[in-house]
Amino acid sequence: MTGGWSWYVSALVALNIVGCVWLIWWTGRRRPGDPSPEQTSHYWDGDITEYNKPMPRWWIILFYLTIVFSLGYLLYYPGLGSWRGTGGWTSGREHDADRAENQARINAAFAPYADKPVEELAKDPTVLRLGQAIFANNCAACHGADARGARGFPNLTDTIWHWGGLPQDILDSVTNGRQAMMPPLRAAFANDAEVDETVAYVRSLSGQNVDKELAARGEPRFATTCAACHGPEGKGNTLMGAPDLTDSYWLYGGDAATVKQTIVDGRNGQMPAHGPLLGPARARVVAAWVYAQSHAQPAAQAAPQ
Amino acid sequence: MSSAMRADERYNDRVVRQFTVMTVVWGIVGMLVGVLIAAQLYWPQIGEGIPWLSYGRLRPLHTNAVIFAFGGCALMATSLYVVQRTSHVRLFSDRLAAFVFWGWQAVIVSAAITLPLGYTQGKEYAELEWPIDILITLVWVAYAVVFFGTLAKRRVSHIYVANWFYASFIVAVALLHIVNNLSLPVGWLKSYSVYTGAVDAMAQWWYGHNAVGFFLTAGFLGMMYYFVPKQAQRPVYSYRLSIVHFWALIAIYMWAGPHHLQYTALPDWAQSLGMVFSLILLAPSWGGAINGVMTLSGAWHKLRTDPIIKFLIVAVSFYMIATFEGPMMSIKTVNSLSHYTDWTVGHVHAGALGWVAMISLGSVYAMWPRLLGQGQMWSVKLIDTHFWVHTIGVVFYIASMWIAGVMQGLMWRATNSDGTLSYSFVESLAVTYPYYLIRLLGGLLVLGGMGLMAWNVWQTWRQARTTEDALVLPPATAH
Repeated sequence: MTGGWSWYVSALVALNIVGCVWLIWWTGRRRPGDPSPEQTSHYWDGDITEYNKPMPRWWIILFYLTIVFSLGYLLYYPGLGSWRGTGGWTSGREHDADRAENQARINAAFAPYADKPVEELAKDPTVLRLGQAIFANNCAACHGADARGARGFPNLTDTIWHWGGLPQDILDSVTNGRQAMMPPLRAAFANDAEVDETVAYVRSLSGQNVDKELAARGEPRFATTCAACHGPEGKGNTLMGAPDLTDSYWLYGGDAATVKQTIVDGRNGQMPAHGPLLGPARARVVAAWVYAQSHAQPAAQAAPQ
Repeated sequence: MSSAMRADERYNDRVVRQFTVMTVVWGIVGMLVGVLIAAQLYWPQIGEGIPWLSYGRLRPLHTNAVIFAFGGCALMATSLYVVQRTSHVRLFSDRLAAFVFWGWQAVIVSAAITLPLGYTQGKEYAELEWPIDILITLVWVAYAVVFFGTLAKRRVSHIYVANWFYASFIVAVALLHIVNNLSLPVGWLKSYSVYTGAVDAMAQWWYGHNAVGFFLTAGFLGMMYYFVPKQAQRPVYSYRLSIVHFWALIAIYMWAGPHHLQYTALPDWAQSLGMVFSLILLAPSWGGAINGVMTLSGAWHKLRTDPIIKFLIVAVSFYMIATFEGPMMSIKTVNSLSHYTDWTVGHVHAGALGWVAMISLGSVYAMWPRLLGQGQMWSVKLIDTHFWVHTIGVVFYIASMWIAGVMQGLMWRATNSDGTLSYSFVESLAVTYPYYLIRLLGGLLVLGGMGLMAWNVWQTWRQARTTEDALVLPPATAH
């Protein structure tokens, strides 16, 4: 704030506070010739009139107390223009101190887990409790408190993983996020009928009841347009997050209309990177909790992936 | 100042009656929308899939309807009633007064159409788009001319204290409305604020809090200063107290806006000033309340028998509660707990349902029979029933929101020893859920009370033999 504005603000503040003090003093004192407290001198609308009783003392004291407190506050804290206050307080500094204090607690609590493998952490009940708290506050908004997902947000409790279900894959997803990219493909087809044929074929892959003739016509179109990402057999590719189309799980829906919309308009699913937000140790802990959701049996965890 | 008085000069009560009826009508409409959105918070599927019934569009409709339609009509009705009677003169201009009435109704109807359709400036309590803002400005200027014109031709030398408050309300709201709504139109129903970023936020809450201070406080103090002594038949407690609290109130309120922006991008110095001036505001606010309540000294027994006095005095009590709570919530440490929680909603409704609505309802009950040449309302017992239904409704509302709000604030900030948050947001929502039902019940009681009032107003109208305007009372000379 420039000097002029600083003086302007300070002068206005002083004017208002001093004005209040003067007002209390000026109206509070009794002058010769004042009407007595119970005397009424003016009448309006027939019967409305005013006493002139003294202001309650407790009220005047309350008024002065708030003013005294305020003056002290404005001396200690910033307020009077560019005056920084004798306390050296700023909201930024308070935020940084609070954050540093909390970060220290987090660092101390999570330090033991920083280098441990996710699979091992997933067996530790303390880690799972911590991981659940992190999940509830950072992941549940999209994936649901029970991690079962929602339309467009994958279910994390099953064995289907679009980006890979190995411990390191999950940790990568948490830390760096994922950006899916199903392009809008209407232009790849000569007409709408070709799209419908391809939709029929795609749905046939997961054993849905479709028009066989239609699906057969769609098969070559799938091979030229879709197989590059989803694979010749439609088994998907976790390297690019292309879902397996032969299973029963549909992120956006497996009915004909939805599949057609997916092909025509594309999909743009995004998982934001949480590494910068959580730091490496907490990312590892929440990845362990997620991993544990689909690997509840210790025997299953021991099995080779 | 004073002109020769004709023996058959009458007050312009027509415009007062019009505004009074619309106070009741818009009160019911605004509170009905409030009940609907309270129900949506409990049953979110209500209106699902219908854009104009969505919470985000109906919430501003509720606030605009209760503040500017219900509160605005109550203020215009009583100010035009009071300024004539305490100036002992007919309104300055009947045609302008009619323009104020019809213009204000046009503003309200425009709001009721555009807000559900999603047209909004996105500024709280200043949602209406620029063509409506211009109409508001025109109506407001006409209102100011009628009010100050009437004051100017008054037949008594002193301006009664109620009129100071009405006058400050009219002047300040004009200033607030124009400054905060300065914007660049880019279409008939689309505009952009001339302010940006933190400056825009500051302009908005300078407006927002002074809308509370001048629209919802100063104007209603005007109501208190006329109807409390009138109904109690007692002199106002202290003239000198009214001087101090009037000038302190209107000077200090102007500073309090930044307390809506504690711990935000607003510069620290502005946040501090918002807090200290909010604290200093406590005494001026209570000064008005003391003057209202103490006016009853010597007539306390009327609290037992006169439900209108009950409305007026309980209103002032809620005013004391809300104006104590407000400064407390502006203290940064308290604010860091209360901000963004339902405590704020409870605080606002302690003021809106407790203070603003009750002083308005009491005033309408006092004014309506006099406007119809009747001694009292059709049923005084029904006023009493309304009082109790309303009071219980308000208590349900604010108590549930206090509990819910403090609970939310505590849950949001709770951390475990390991530094992680103890609760997820949805957990705080789950424990709030039952309190939303209690709030809805409170709202339903308040709305039900308004139904009783509408019935009573209608019956009083029916039994009135005349709607002839009252004769202007000659000013007192021999006191």
